[in-house]
Amino acid sequence: DSFCAARIMLHAAASRAEAMELPKAPGEISLGTSIMAVEFDGGVVVGADSRTSSGAYVSNRVSDKLTPLANRIYVCRSGSAADTQAIADIVKAQIALHTMELGKEPLVSTAARIAQQLNYKHKAQLLAGLIVAGYDERIGGQVYNIPLGGMMQRQPFSIGGSGSMYIYGYCDAHFKVGMTRQECIDFVTKSLSLAMARDGSSGGVIRLAVIDKDGVERHFVPGDKLPPA
Amino acid sequence: MTSIGTGYDLSATTYSPEGRLFQVEYAAKAIDNSGTAVAIRCTDGVVIGVEKLVGSKMLVAGSNKRIYHADRHVGTAVTGLLADGRMLVNQTRSECRSYRSYYGHDIPARILNERMSMYMQKNTLYGAARPYGCGLIIAAYDIDGPQLYAVEPSGLSYSYYGTAMGKGRQQAKSELELLKLQSMNTAQAVKEVARIIHLVHDDV
Repeated sequence: DSFCAARIMLHAAASRAEAMELPKAPGEISLGTSIMAVEFDGGVVVGADSRTSSGAYVSNRVSDKLTPLANRIYVCRSGSAADTQAIADIVKAQIALHTMELGKEPLVSTAARIAQQLNYKHKAQLLAGLIVAGYDERIGGQVYNIPLGGMMQRQPFSIGGSGSMYIYGYCDAHFKVGMTRQECIDFVTKSLSLAMARDGSSGGVIRLAVIDKDGVERHFVPGDKLPPA
Repeated sequence: MTSIGTGYDLSATTYSPEGRLFQVEYAAKAIDNSGTAVAIRCTDGVVIGVEKLVGSKMLVAGSNKRIYHADRHVGTAVTGLLADGRMLVNQTRSECRSYRSYYGHDIPARILNERMSMYMQKNTLYGAARPYGCGLIIAAYDIDGPQLYAVEPSGLSYSYYGTAMGKGRQQAKSELELLKLQSMNTAQAVKEVARIIHLVHDDV
């Protein structure tokens, strides 16, 4: 019926908007982005570019799109900067309270679930593609992809943001099950570098975080030190 | 010897000079008149047994059970005013459901116990509502293993290896203290629970 058709079109438009980074409203800040997360045995590697754009203007060329939700859980943010920051803030606050009640570190799936519920319930208002990744004692390293409509899917690796469309082939060809920690870091770095080379809305530097039982290690690859194409 | 409230026991919002809430204490008395419930936390699970007092031959056997499922990993039993108990079981189920819906996993036993304790305590705050006249036994198997909690009408609750509520609780508790509860498994505990309930049953 016409209501469904309208919703489908709105959805398609939103996906296109995210892919081409058309602003929703004049002056809307968007995270034209390349984000990625990969599981390894004992942890995860998350990575992102650093470009925040408002139309053609790069409003922040060194932004940090990797946001902590808990001691061992990060979220990679793509889509509307405002929406993803708001969601991350809410999830962070809820997880903090949950952690106190639980008496131990939260599960990655819990943080992912709360983010997913927000993304689904408010799908009409939000433009947020999230990848929640981290480490917990029960299962180990996990990556959960939460795209626009609010579905949630655990994946061995996940790519997101406007730049991701250019590296699907590369990632599918080069991903192997059972990669080591360093192999995952190299895989993320190389993939993001390729995405940033082709996507106008992605660029700047590569920020990485490696999360395992011992904590979070942040890495930084400057724009002039990106791996050659 | 029961103490007399003498005017301080008319409302749940009135303290006695010694700092007691008599209405809450009287609510606990309501449990003492109901059939005994015995529960044991074992190495591999929790066993609950309930003495079901059948009022007449006209009643259909197996109706009005006092042991309930609250979630796939939680069981509960009620003692005391059974109609009140039904409301508590509903609330327990609701807590389990809403926790799972929001966080995506089984509610931990300790957290469920806290929520039900707070829920029962709430009714000791107002003159317009009365405390629940039941004891709630919560048996759960979560990521930390089997756990057993019992909540009183005051909202006070503890985690137990073995507990009993109702008419024959004194005798049942003495029997439980004789057992090596921490090394028992459910197969053995089922027999012990059944034996204790049979033992404390009073035909009067």
